Amino acid sequence: MAGQAVMTGTYFMNGDHACCEGALAAGCRFFGGYPITPATEIAERMSRRLPECGGIYIQMEDELASIAAVLGASWGGVKAMTSTSGPGFSLMMENIGLGLCTETPCVICNVQRAGPSTGLPTLVAQGDMMQARWGSHGHYEVIALSPSSPQEMFDFTIQAFNLSEQYRLPVFVMADEVVGHMNERVIIPREEDIKIANRRKPSVSPAEFKPYQADPDGIAPMANCGDGYRIHVTGLTHDERGYPVMDDATQKQMTDRLIRKIKNNRHKIIQTENFYLDDAQIVVVAYGISARSARQAMHEARAKGISVGFIKLNTVWPFPEELIRSLAPRLKALIMPEINAGQMVLELERCAGGACPVELVSHFGGALIHPSSILDAITKVQKGKKKS
Amino acid sequence: MTLNQEKHILVTGFGGQGIIMAGDILGKAATIYDGKNATMTQNYGPEARGGACSSQVIISTGDILFPSVSEPQVLVCMSQEGYTKNIKSLRRGGTFIWDTDLVKTRKPDATWKTYHIPATRFAEELGNTMMANIVMLGFVAAVEGLVQIDALRKAVLESVPPNTKDNNAKAFDRGCEYGEAILKGRAKQEESRDQA
Repeated sequence: MAGQAVMTGTYFMNGDHACCEGALAAGCRFFGGYPITPATEIAERMSRRLPECGGIYIQMEDELASIAAVLGASWGGVKAMTSTSGPGFSLMMENIGLGLCTETPCVICNVQRAGPSTGLPTLVAQGDMMQARWGSHGHYEVIALSPSSPQEMFDFTIQAFNLSEQYRLPVFVMADEVVGHMNERVIIPREEDIKIANRRKPSVSPAEFKPYQADPDGIAPMANCGDGYRIHVTGLTHDERGYPVMDDATQKQMTDRLIRKIKNNRHKIIQTENFYLDDAQIVVVAYGISARSARQAMHEARAKGISVGFIKLNTVWPFPEELIRSLAPRLKALIMPEINAGQMVLELERCAGGACPVELVSHFGGALIHPSSILDAITKVQKGKKKS
Repeated sequence: MTLNQEKHILVTGFGGQGIIMAGDILGKAATIYDGKNATMTQNYGPEARGGACSSQVIISTGDILFPSVSEPQVLVCMSQEGYTKNIKSLRRGGTFIWDTDLVKTRKPDATWKTYHIPATRFAEELGNTMMANIVMLGFVAAVEGLVQIDALRKAVLESVPPNTKDNNAKAFDRGCEYGEAILKGRAKQEESRDQA
């Protein structure tokens, strides 16, 4: 396998390793990282695989440096990523903001474990979902995907790179300990069958080029360091030339575009898998590992004759607001299982807008949500209706 | 989807015994060489060696959704703690397999099939106690037939370091032969009982 970036074949592989192989297949050639359970296996495999594929792996002194190195590598023209878990994700937040402000394509895989703080290092949680959305200061939009299997760790890591390159921002892969450490069949396709997106290059001469002048879709072509274009990269509020301008008009212009480039393209970004929504009276919405519990609960409920549908959020941010708004008025309830005390359910509630009740099936972390807990919630809602 | 189509296996021991690797090899055999689906999840503590750990394997002809094993049909114990902690979870009619020298058992449930092998001792005799997990896999393959023996043997040889292949093949075969001998012995016993 030496030197082969796309390891076409069928494997029994864990999610962390599949993430690594997805990154390599997407063209990632730089990893700056710091090991942390349960994401260590990503860094470990990267440290072996990247040099084989002509890439560079650097173990940095901490997570602050890791994400900084990743941003630098990206501006150097290389697809770059890091991986971490809760404590490291917290440390990365400031420079994630820098990546968002400077519109730097890169991928951060967070293999979530239970928190707060050091929490349960070896045990599962989905507690960083709002941190992914709002963890860095200021206002911006993000893209986050949530895999529920090793195969999706592979597929979604490729998609994360593609989205980061297309929309010029750090993209999150919000995995969890079980998905990271779970072994399952992973099929790696042939290289020519893998869709790869690359950052848009300037189409004007170096004399005309402004590094933050956006095309009509809100995305600015990117010149890498050394391409011969003049660039300026700063976390200060900047104009189209990339130079700091300390006034509210520039702040509005810059921030507005950071938000619009994602919001206006949300229909192309958002990915859900929908099951039985046509006849559903109750819809379970789930992401990541909990989507597997939810899907099993849906099957069990339908076997009992309850009209349950299921929405699997492959992208968690941006949230599929329109889909939920259009569904809610005709539903008995929306149900969301998540391994936290209720995070994405707040967004679900907001989008339902009071048109139907929203139930949370919560687990505080350390174990998976059993399908029977979700089935109980479904049955409760179902019975509630019969009474009325 | 239902439990009937799925086989739930729990392998328990302590860190360093290759418990997770055993689960990995079992799942690989089912997935890559036996045309089935498999999921392997793991449990371990913050310590790298010596702490309790387990691997949970589900083998199925259909899709596997919920990946945790809470009530295994097959329980393999390679440590006393693994036995004490998990024996109550074994289903009625399940199979209980343990390392003779490492686990002291109480009277098993009458509905269980029970098998034990001195896997660690055999591995030591073959030159390396680290191969106890492979001896155990050979034994499990013979007595429980979760996957084809050839599929499991292939998965073992593909998973171990190249320079240890020969020894691991011996370890696997040792466990397998011991299991087959036990089955033959039991068959004979039953035969003589029938004749009596």
